[in-house]
Amino acid sequence: MPPETTTQSVEETTARGWVVRGLRAFGLFWWDFLVGDTPEVTVATLVILGIVVGLVHWMSSTAAWAALPVLVAGTLTASVLRGRRASRRPQPPPPG
Amino acid sequence: MTSSQWVLVAAVFLASAVEMVEALTIVVAAGVSRGWRSALEGVGVALLVLAVLVAALGPVLVKLPLNTLRVVIGGILLVYGLQWLRKAVLRATGYKAPHDEDVIYAKTVESMSQSSSEVRAGRDPVGFAVAFKGTFLEGLEVVIVVLTLGATDHDVGLAALAALAAVVLVGLVGVVVARQLAGVPENTMKTAVGLMLVSFGSFWTGEGLGVHWPGSDLAIPVLVAVYGLVVGVLVLSIRPRRVFGGVHAS
Repeated sequence: MPPETTTQSVEETTARGWVVRGLRAFGLFWWDFLVGDTPEVTVATLVILGIVVGLVHWMSSTAAWAALPVLVAGTLTASVLRGRRASRRPQPPPPG
Repeated sequence: MTSSQWVLVAAVFLASAVEMVEALTIVVAAGVSRGWRSALEGVGVALLVLAVLVAALGPVLVKLPLNTLRVVIGGILLVYGLQWLRKAVLRATGYKAPHDEDVIYAKTVESMSQSSSEVRAGRDPVGFAVAFKGTFLEGLEVVIVVLTLGATDHDVGLAALAALAAVVLVGLVGVVVARQLAGVPENTMKTAVGLMLVSFGSFWTGEGLGVHWPGSDLAIPVLVAVYGLVVGVLVLSIRPRRVFGGVHAS
């Protein structure tokens, strides 16, 4: 029966649309939360984790706990300096 | 309470207070310009959704293997805390505009006053949506802080109590001072929260990856002090210097 099929497909599309929109919003939230406008912080954190794993595995726990705060402080400094450079950058001229 | 628990309570309390100030600004703006009934309904529904999220995610997080949990959550705390500290330093030095609740309030009221929507049975969809979104998004950040810090410290209850205390306190102050939320020293609070998030993040990722911190939990306040020193040096070294009445960037 065509009318029922149409109603059913509209419902399915709506339900799928809700799921897709929900998943997209969920993904965007986490992207914004963890990356946002500071991708260097996310990348540096992953690199720090890798370095700490390496230090614990091939050197010592002492080397790892000494290095971790230094690496984190270095990341903060680099990110702040990047933010300062960005705020000094001249704004693009308005269109037209 | 252990030193770790004290830092946990302070971090969750301050983070929740900051987010509550932001949410309250939006809700008050929605209530004043579109009517309190819809704004409060938006707040109520958002709190209900957040409560369901906590009830669903809390038990799952606690059941994960401890070291995996510490590395994942520690990494999230590191990223989130570094973002907060970066913003706080840039705001303290004038390279980023301060978070002005008065401006946000005025903009929200203005945009909602211009928007026309059909009011049915005393309910305003715009007021509801704005209050819901403000409460849900700011509340979600509180939920993440409570669950991540609480789960790694195996004290979700204590973290939730600290968050509740902050929400109640800021709510009461908000009711009393109404629209004077701009007086809250938000950047200072954000700096303190950022320091604690980064310190917890460093501590838990280290623990999860097999690092044995000297002094165990006592390493957390030491990390807070070390990062505090770094932030202080950064602020002093990049703050623009005043020269003969003008301002020269260093």
